[in-house]
Amino acid sequence: MISVHLILFLVFGAVAVAGAVNLLAQRHPINSALSLIAVMAALAGEYLLLGAEFVAAVQVIVYAGAVMVLFVFTIMLLNAGVEEHTKGSHVASLFGIPGVLLGSILIAWAVLRNSGTEAVAAGPWINTVSNGRPQDLPGSPETIGPLLFHEFLLPFEITSVLILIAIMGAVVLASKPPSTSSGPAKEAGN
Amino acid sequence: MVPLSYYLVLSGILFACGVTGFLIKRNIISIFMSIELMLNGVNLSFVAFAAHWHALAGQVFVFFVMVVAAAEAAVGLAIIIAVYRTRETLNVDQVNLLKL
Repeated sequence: MISVHLILFLVFGAVAVAGAVNLLAQRHPINSALSLIAVMAALAGEYLLLGAEFVAAVQVIVYAGAVMVLFVFTIMLLNAGVEEHTKGSHVASLFGIPGVLLGSILIAWAVLRNSGTEAVAAGPWINTVSNGRPQDLPGSPETIGPLLFHEFLLPFEITSVLILIAIMGAVVLASKPPSTSSGPAKEAGN
Repeated sequence: MVPLSYYLVLSGILFACGVTGFLIKRNIISIFMSIELMLNGVNLSFVAFAAHWHALAGQVFVFFVMVVAAAEAAVGLAIIIAVYRTRETLNVDQVNLLKL
């Protein structure tokens, strides 16, 4: 019997794989970005199926929201057009696509052979909802928060330093170069 | 109930798509998006393992991966803007010199 879980998994997985393949097929970066957003939204659905509701929310807000807005903004800022292919890139696709196909088939074969289908992932979402106790979700903020602020406090604080460095690096890198390099004649225009 | 291996296979497929994009794409922004796709594939396997072993630490790792990915996106896109300012191109085949 096919459960609701499996159907939802297959639907979201099909959307994710279709988006990933579309990302490869599209020549224009903005189309690739939109299909990547579809992949991330589908993955948020997969996270919900796995009971990780907080991770799903963060996936939508941070990944599909903030990071992809940054990507789309950069694409529009730089006016990125259709990518052109050279001889070297054709060689890369000639060897890259079969190699990656072979690798993914090998991974799938190894995983399916070794773990089979007897290892059942816990799908607490539908169970707890049917039990009428949705607060028992394992991935809710109530359970993630103490873990994040007690056991993983040091990585969490290091993360803040990392973000600070990233902000400063982004500002320094993306800011206009000093006007001394642009020559004295153009300084008035800048 | 969905077996754990299905999630791992989906994660592997997404990661393989990311590797393929990294290899065949010539636009530097598309290459960057392929890296994000790879990170997403790994995140899915993290969450699947966390649900399977009832270990919430896997979901915390996903947060750290997301934070690192966001920082990487900010810095990487700033580098792309800087490269575009000096080279006037986004094609990685034409960005092969350290110094102009």
